[in-house]
Amino acid sequence: MVGEALAFYLLAAITLASGIVVVTSPNLVHSAVALVPALLGVTGLYILLNAEFLAGVQVLIYAGGITVLILFVIMLTEGATGLRVPQRNEQGPIGAAVAGAAAAVLIAVATRTPWAHGAGVLPSYTPGAIGESFLGPNLLLFEGTSVVLLVTLVGAILIARKED
Amino acid sequence: MITLTHYLVLSALLFGLGLYAVLTRRNSVAMLMGIELMLNAANINLVAFNKYAAPGAMQGQIFALIVITIAACEAAVGLALILAAYRRFETTYVDELDTMKG
Amino acid sequence: MDVMPWYVEVLRAIVGTIIIFSAVAIVTAMLGVLLERRISAWIQSRIGPVHVGPRGLLQTVANTVKLLQKEYILPRNADAVIFSSAVIVVPLAALLDYVVLPFGTTRAGPLIYRDLNIGVLYFAATSSLIVVGILMAGWGSNNKYALLGGLRSAAQMVSYEIPIGLVLITIAMLAGSLSTVTIVNAQTHLWFIVSQPVSFVIFFVAAIAEVNRAPFDLVEAESELVAGYFSEYTGMRFALFQLGEYGEMFAMAALAVTLFFGGWQGPVLPSVVWFLIKLYVLVFVFMWVRWTYPRFRIDQLLNFSWKILIPVALANLVVTAFFVIVVH
Repeated sequence: MVGEALAFYLLAAITLASGIVVVTSPNLVHSAVALVPALLGVTGLYILLNAEFLAGVQVLIYAGGITVLILFVIMLTEGATGLRVPQRNEQGPIGAAVAGAAAAVLIAVATRTPWAHGAGVLPSYTPGAIGESFLGPNLLLFEGTSVVLLVTLVGAILIARKED
Repeated sequence: MITLTHYLVLSALLFGLGLYAVLTRRNSVAMLMGIELMLNAANINLVAFNKYAAPGAMQGQIFALIVITIAACEAAVGLALILAAYRRFETTYVDELDTMKG
Repeated sequence: MDVMPWYVEVLRAIVGTIIIFSAVAIVTAMLGVLLERRISAWIQSRIGPVHVGPRGLLQTVANTVKLLQKEYILPRNADAVIFSSAVIVVPLAALLDYVVLPFGTTRAGPLIYRDLNIGVLYFAATSSLIVVGILMAGWGSNNKYALLGGLRSAAQMVSYEIPIGLVLITIAMLAGSLSTVTIVNAQTHLWFIVSQPVSFVIFFVAAIAEVNRAPFDLVEAESELVAGYFSEYTGMRFALFQLGEYGEMFAMAALAVTLFFGGWQGPVLPSVVWFLIKLYVLVFVFMWVRWTYPRFRIDQLLNFSWKILIPVALANLVVTAFFVIVVH
């Protein structure tokens, strides 16, 4: 119990601190690099929640794929050189107020509702069980996602191609 | 003792951070990073509900896997659009992309 | 296996980290550099370093001492935070690979730090973290050649992760699990190299490209880009990047041994000895390939991955799936 609490608070601190660097840093490359500890903190939280396969997939796709993609685009466009350009638009205080209000409403709802704790034994979320679930009850979800991936592949290549 | 509420509060804070990034940053790639933070917050919610409120089923994790996949797709297409816009307009700041305004 | 109290787990993690780091640093990086120089010398009909220590075995110690006393240079206008953090990310991601590699078996169970039930997926995930470190190193150096080298290296590594992933899926399908120990135990009757030779060839070629070794080392060749993404790093930081690169090569070789050559299994000798023998044979083949073939261009490299390796790996996956369904 103590170990779990310690791990949760440590991971939450890493995730939130890196998240603050991501959203407030004036240097865009610093923001992108700070995304990695944020995503690794979320990975740790998944492991605490008994979702190991999801944790592995999160590191592989988010930290190893999407972060690399974001860094590539930052380095190929002008974003990382505009250090003297203001990075925040004029809606700073209003944006902070709206975001703070949204978070406050969510926290209020979360702490005041008596959540029903389901009874049941935690099954083993092995990759085999997840695979069987994808090819069983969730087959439509799986096939639909494959179609979306194919469309994304073709679309991204078409959009980003140089006009000859 | 870590309960469901702890995870919900954490994901609410992360969601607020992502929302702040989308609302106030001028660079489109920075807005995309905020969107990724929001998607991660939603995923934490899904998996936390799966473990605490419905431990027998696996729906939360399955849904979270699909969300990760769709987030990757959306990041890819979004970044392709940003690259194409940069080639055409030479800027990635969203308040300068205003040729359709007025 | 029961759950131990959390402080025992933390202590185990610290001890395990020290052991893995010293074993990898001393054995793989030092021995690997020395092996590379002696083997390359033998292939090129000359003698390598033989003066330091008995038969030149202490050469890498001398190299390391030399590197330790070099000056730390931080380029002007370089981003200090990113420049320094890249040094940590690359070797850390390479060393994290060793958590799921089984080095042998004892009476108490397999000699592995942690037999994760997502073992092979974890290996692919930590290998993909190296790319972030390379991009950070390339950007943080404030140097055109380093940046170009970093971008090309990242593109190459990302492209070659896909054939590796497809081969991992194929082998996991045959063994019925993603755990490395289960994969080794599934080879007690027949090693997967015999039933999956195409997979092995795909994996081997993709692994060479993944660790940026010749013939796929355009990104760090001296004649092209000075030293690629680590051009601006001096002294111990350069040594740490080399540690990351050689550590990753040994980890890929160890994974190939686990997936294709039956891991630690062998008739007479202890299991750890068999594992090390097979590992060093594969490392020798890695080095042999390096000093035999000329270098690919970057467009040839990327074309080879996307147009040849990935379709072959996909076809291999489909054929294997067909056989698994029909035979079982």
